[in-house]
Amino acid sequence: MRLTAGESVASRTSRDVLVRGLAVLGRAIREEPRIFAVAVSSSVLFGAMTVASAFVVGAVVGDVVVPAIERGAVGVGGLALAAVALFGISVLRVAGIFGRRLGAGYMQYRLQAAYRRRVTRRYLELPLAWHHRNATGTLLSNANSDVEAAWYPIAPLPFAVGTLVMLVGAVASLFVTDWALALVGLAVFPALFALNVAYSRRMAPRQARAQRLRAEVSGIAHESFDGALVVKTMGREAQETDRFAARAGELRDSLVAVGRLRGVFDPLLETLPSLGTLAVLVVGTIRLRQGAITVAELISVAFLFTVLAFPVRAIGWVLAELPRSVAGWDRVSRVLDATGRMPYGDTTLDVSEPRPASLTFTGVRFGYEPAEAHLPGTEVLGEVSFTVPAGKTVALVGPTGSGKSTIAALAVRLVDPLAGTVCLDSVDVRRLTAASLTGTAALVAQVPFVFDDTVRANVALDRAGIGDDDVWAALRLAEADGFVAALPDGLDTMVGERGTSLSGGQRQRLTLARALAGRPRLLVLDDATSAVDPRVEAAILAGLRSSAAGAPAASILVVAYRRATIALADEVVYLEQGRVLARGRHTELLATVPGYADLVTAYEQAEVDPAKDETYDEVAPVTSGLKIEVDR
Amino acid sequence: MTTTTDTARKTATVETAEAPEPPETTWQTMRRGLALSPELRVGLAGTLGLALVYMVGRAAVPVAVQQGIDNGIVDGLDLGVIWTVVAVTAAVLVVTTLCGYLMMRRLFTVSETALANVRIRAFRHVHDLSMLHQQSERRGSLVSRVTSDVDQITQFLQWGGVILVINLGQLAVTTLVMFAYSWQLTLVVFAAFLPAVFVIRRLQRRLAGAYGVVRQRTGALLGAIGESVVGAPVIRAYGISGRTARRLDEAIDGQRRAQQRAIRISVMGSSVGELAAGLALAGVVVLGVTLGADRTLSIGEVTAFLFLVTLFIQPVQIATEVLNEAQNAIAGWRRVLDVLDVEPDVADPGEQGRELPAGPLDIRFAGVRFAYPGGPPVLHDVSLEIPAKSRVAVVGETGSGKTTFAKLLTRLMDPTAGQVLLSGVPLERVRFASLRSRVVMVPQDGFLFDATVAENVRFARPELTDEQLAAAFTELGLADWLDALPSGLHTCVGERGEALSVGERQLVALARAYVADPDLLVLDEATSAVDPATEVRLQRTLDAVTRGRTTLAIAHRLSTAQAADEVIVVDRGRIVQRGPHDELVRDPESVYGLLYASWLEQTR
Repeated sequence: MRLTAGESVASRTSRDVLVRGLAVLGRAIREEPRIFAVAVSSSVLFGAMTVASAFVVGAVVGDVVVPAIERGAVGVGGLALAAVALFGISVLRVAGIFGRRLGAGYMQYRLQAAYRRRVTRRYLELPLAWHHRNATGTLLSNANSDVEAAWYPIAPLPFAVGTLVMLVGAVASLFVTDWALALVGLAVFPALFALNVAYSRRMAPRQARAQRLRAEVSGIAHESFDGALVVKTMGREAQETDRFAARAGELRDSLVAVGRLRGVFDPLLETLPSLGTLAVLVVGTIRLRQGAITVAELISVAFLFTVLAFPVRAIGWVLAELPRSVAGWDRVSRVLDATGRMPYGDTTLDVSEPRPASLTFTGVRFGYEPAEAHLPGTEVLGEVSFTVPAGKTVALVGPTGSGKSTIAALAVRLVDPLAGTVCLDSVDVRRLTAASLTGTAALVAQVPFVFDDTVRANVALDRAGIGDDDVWAALRLAEADGFVAALPDGLDTMVGERGTSLSGGQRQRLTLARALAGRPRLLVLDDATSAVDPRVEAAILAGLRSSAAGAPAASILVVAYRRATIALADEVVYLEQGRVLARGRHTELLATVPGYADLVTAYEQAEVDPAKDETYDEVAPVTSGLKIEVDR
Repeated sequence: MTTTTDTARKTATVETAEAPEPPETTWQTMRRGLALSPELRVGLAGTLGLALVYMVGRAAVPVAVQQGIDNGIVDGLDLGVIWTVVAVTAAVLVVTTLCGYLMMRRLFTVSETALANVRIRAFRHVHDLSMLHQQSERRGSLVSRVTSDVDQITQFLQWGGVILVINLGQLAVTTLVMFAYSWQLTLVVFAAFLPAVFVIRRLQRRLAGAYGVVRQRTGALLGAIGESVVGAPVIRAYGISGRTARRLDEAIDGQRRAQQRAIRISVMGSSVGELAAGLALAGVVVLGVTLGADRTLSIGEVTAFLFLVTLFIQPVQIATEVLNEAQNAIAGWRRVLDVLDVEPDVADPGEQGRELPAGPLDIRFAGVRFAYPGGPPVLHDVSLEIPAKSRVAVVGETGSGKTTFAKLLTRLMDPTAGQVLLSGVPLERVRFASLRSRVVMVPQDGFLFDATVAENVRFARPELTDEQLAAAFTELGLADWLDALPSGLHTCVGERGEALSVGERQLVALARAYVADPDLLVLDEATSAVDPATEVRLQRTLDAVTRGRTTLAIAHRLSTAQAADEVIVVDRGRIVQRGPHDELVRDPESVYGLLYASWLEQTR
């Protein structure tokens, strides 16, 4: 929702938009040349039949109706021919409509599907760092509404092209009929065309503004409903409504502005061809008196003006959609052209026998690029080095915001370091193939993500060699077998969008089982067991540390606060502000690193040192600038 | 500071497929809608009057052609007659065009104003619905109630509705003029169109079904895209982009096929209309000539009829298209109305409500039971009293019902039976304005808005200055954390606070509740992702600043319980123990004793 049609359109001249819009249409034609050819030729057929119908009607009146009425006798042959001709033209027009609308629709839908596929493929290919730089809402609308907007003018395009051909044909047939009537046509058709162009050029910025406001209104609603609990608990419904109403009011005003413009142009566009018909009546009568044309021809031309009025508007529709299309296309191509790759290497790790992998961080630095160019980027990690030896468990401990989750992400190569290396079994992770990497290391994230699929699919993820037995084994290890067995359809139970039918702890255990099912040689747990009972956690870790043969099945890097978890670790890496402050056994660090000791013994200290309470007691209310009355 | 895994928290902003529509007729929906937006009736008569005049303009040209031919051409060329006819018609057209402009202007202003109000009302209404109701709907579908659904109504009223009215009017005017010229020919036209109308109606029904499928598939598509964006870290970590791509492709192609099916049906409809038009034209010629030979009709009248038939075809075809849209718009309208019709089950007593008495609040639960709709009981007959100014911790295993406690206390939900009273006032009788300013809860997932830290903390009290906010952080012992942020108070927290770690978000949420300065503070595992040292520090400062107010903390960590004046132990929906920590731990076999043993095990 950050990029909006309004901004990108307003900054460009409408001529530029026209040129670029036509380029987008050209691309569409190149992508689906055959369907486009079918649609346009059908549309031309329709146009030709529309012009033809005018001349047939004229001929019928002049050659059948007039003689019949004047003579009072019906020429059966001529009448039958007229009826057949009129109906025949209708059948051909139907064929034209069929080909044109089906072609246009198929073309539009195929292009939409193709580009949705391309955009989502890019999402899967682009590195996570790129994902971080883009708001979720933007990425969703890139793949959805922007693709739709880009190909929107395709729907009326064949009609418009056919209409252009038809206009040329109509003017030509007018010249064949009579030069004076043709001049009327030459005055009316270009005027109609110009009116359409003027209409869409004035409409475009208003539509763009409405579109931008629509996105903003929707953005406010999204955020506000997402934070509904906070809004409710703080009683801010009225203020949130005001915030929404202000933008909704702007949207209303901009839509009214759109409506006023429509009010001016729509009736004019209707009236202009009617005026043309009246002009034909006058000019035609003069020419009739001069003997230059027949009654049949006069009626044909008058009819032509009537039937041509509607198709000409198709040109206006295409032009009106172009700015939106260009804006949509710009945003789509921003994804398609996005640079930044995280290519995988071609090295595979030897896994002839299952054994734990080692993990080594050497001088790893990491930071996020700033959201806007002029702001400073944030350094998250500076020179982090440590090792998780094969088969060992290392605990990552540090205060809130010290970079633990970033290390977890780097360990499984969700992101690459700015400097330094991350190695698995002494091989730089950037040199590993995707399969080797994901087969070796598994991450269980702090916040569980569950797919809208069955329990089985969520655990197995279609990975090769994971059967139901393995799924159950993994669930058992994660202590999730109990609740899964109690679900209505067991493994086949659909868990709902984002796993809404499960509790937080259940989701966490499900994602844990997902990691375990792949039998990773390195397991990275990012505070992933906070909702799991400590005994369960201990059992899980113990299970991993010793396989049936007694040798460890996996190395473990665990982000933890719980002392019970930390105590299970062979080594502790203590972080503060993105730097490793100390490494060693828990007991060593406890004795030598005050920060560490403060952190992990915080609860005990809170207990043994209640005196501190008193000091705070005295200080806090006094310094408080806003807590004026403690007692009301 | 951003953690990669936090992305998983992103809730997909997904518009959803809708369930089959309830069996309510279009007419009923429109009546409900109009009742809800009386603004729509403002000046309706005038607008319709203008529309009527505008429509007359459409029949003007065929009449002019007939008059010209019969009086100025066939009976000897008379340019004077032609000029008169043309001048009068042109004058009529000027007037009708002007009426068209005025009509549209009025219509747009009225409908946009009315629907903006519907939008705002629906927005407020969603916030007024209970938390239970909000959670039972997908977030995305609630958003579409105030966005795309309302857009569909305006779209329909303006593009579709106007076109429909104009075209129906045109149909009526055309029919009248046709009848005036010749009832026989009019019957021919009707005979040609009648079967078409039947076929089109049938196709219409199929088309409505086909559009339903499109909507559903679009919902599935958006869901799939949402998953691929929000779940990007998981997809990367497990190397399942192949599987994800496959699921996306299925969704993308599913939607495309549904769209193609819908357009096939739609095209059939317009083809039928066109064929009917051809039949009508042919029939008019045959019968018209026959009648003309009998001198029943003039040449001009037959010609005018041919023009009128095209005027008849267009509205029929356009109406077909518009009716398709109308189905969607009516469905959208119905969905908006349905939301507005939901009575908030946790309602604000408003003017009739009472203010909470001044000063610290005491809490009383009287025979409170609670069960989620259709679910087993979560709380069984809970009765308890908590004196004002005390600090109470509620502990229990996951699923014991302790969070329900917090939700009932803050009136996010109402008990199934029994009563919750604050300082003797039953909660359901307390005016929301009073309740929300005096009772504040900090939920576990402290949602942050896409703004700066300062703006988030200021949420409940916009009048606070930066200095006061900074002072609040200092009082909470978070000054050093705040200073470490790239731009201090003015650091942007990102969408849903994702530029901060989960623990940091909780700190901001806590500060936000703290500056709200409530008399009853309810903490629902509000510091579960904060490191122990910070938590302990927060605990102390909170204790200090909560002297004088009542605090109820749903505790994740028993350190909170240890610091509390009193601990309430919940087990399987019942209060099983109550008392200060030191007393409760004396029985190691009790629920609390076991919880505490487990806590010790993990912390030392």
